[in-house]
Amino acid sequence: MPLALGTAAVVLVVLLWELARPRALPALVSLRARLQLRSREAAQIGYDPGRERRAEQRARELLRSCVDHEDWAMYRDLGFLRVWGGLGERAHAAGASYAYLIYPHRPLVAYVPQTGALLNEYCVTFPDHTRPYGSARLPDSDDVLAKWMALHADERRLIEEANMHLPGRQIDPERVRRDLVRLSRWERERSDGATDIVRAA
Amino acid sequence: MKLLRMKPGHGEILLAEGDVEVHEEEQRLIEAFRRELDAGMWAAVPSERTDGRRRAELVKRFSDVPRDAERVIFFPRAAGGALRTAR
Repeated sequence: MPLALGTAAVVLVVLLWELARPRALPALVSLRARLQLRSREAAQIGYDPGRERRAEQRARELLRSCVDHEDWAMYRDLGFLRVWGGLGERAHAAGASYAYLIYPHRPLVAYVPQTGALLNEYCVTFPDHTRPYGSARLPDSDDVLAKWMALHADERRLIEEANMHLPGRQIDPERVRRDLVRLSRWERERSDGATDIVRAA
Repeated sequence: MKLLRMKPGHGEILLAEGDVEVHEEEQRLIEAFRRELDAGMWAAVPSERTDGRRRAELVKRFSDVPRDAERVIFFPRAAGGALRTAR
């Protein structure tokens, strides 16, 4: 009895396979091709450090060509930009009542230049939903330039788009305070350097 | 005038280039400009003020772009950023 059942089961499986084969084989081939294609695509859009480095170099050149020389030097030396608040015609007034620090892929940090008091974090991103290489994230310097342009052109609009938080939500306030000290020292050194050049002349 | 677009994994790419005083080239620039805005991009025109300071202006129409502008830079529109804590 078990032998008969086993034989019947084998025959049934063979018959089913024979019936399904005309459809199953092309489906299997198609599935295999799709998996190979997906694998190739995944390899193409995977993280490529060389490509990212070249992208960042291009982005740095673009940033340098758009911002003031002093701003470029600030970003190059310190890794962030300072933009005065209350933009428009007062955009470069050192006496502005507040200013922003722009970090790549980090929130804007608003602070009071006179006291160094931190005001808010404004979390804003520029996601490219086309995800050309599998990522929606711009190169660091492009992110900084996008923030710089948006702040200069329409500060209110950018701030309205941002998520506002108290200081410390994403960036350690101690780090920001250290960066403000570095910025102050950097400006003093540049100012002293410029004075020395004038004296030497 | 050059139309540039920031692109993840690449840096900026050149979308179109032409002389706005040449009708065909201007039309090509206008088409590329509209395409980017329709795709949800912001368009900024970097420029220099009379005091030598650099600035940028957001534009919504090609007619708002100064005729002597050298570049228009497109970048993805701003969105409220991540809410996660990432120190």
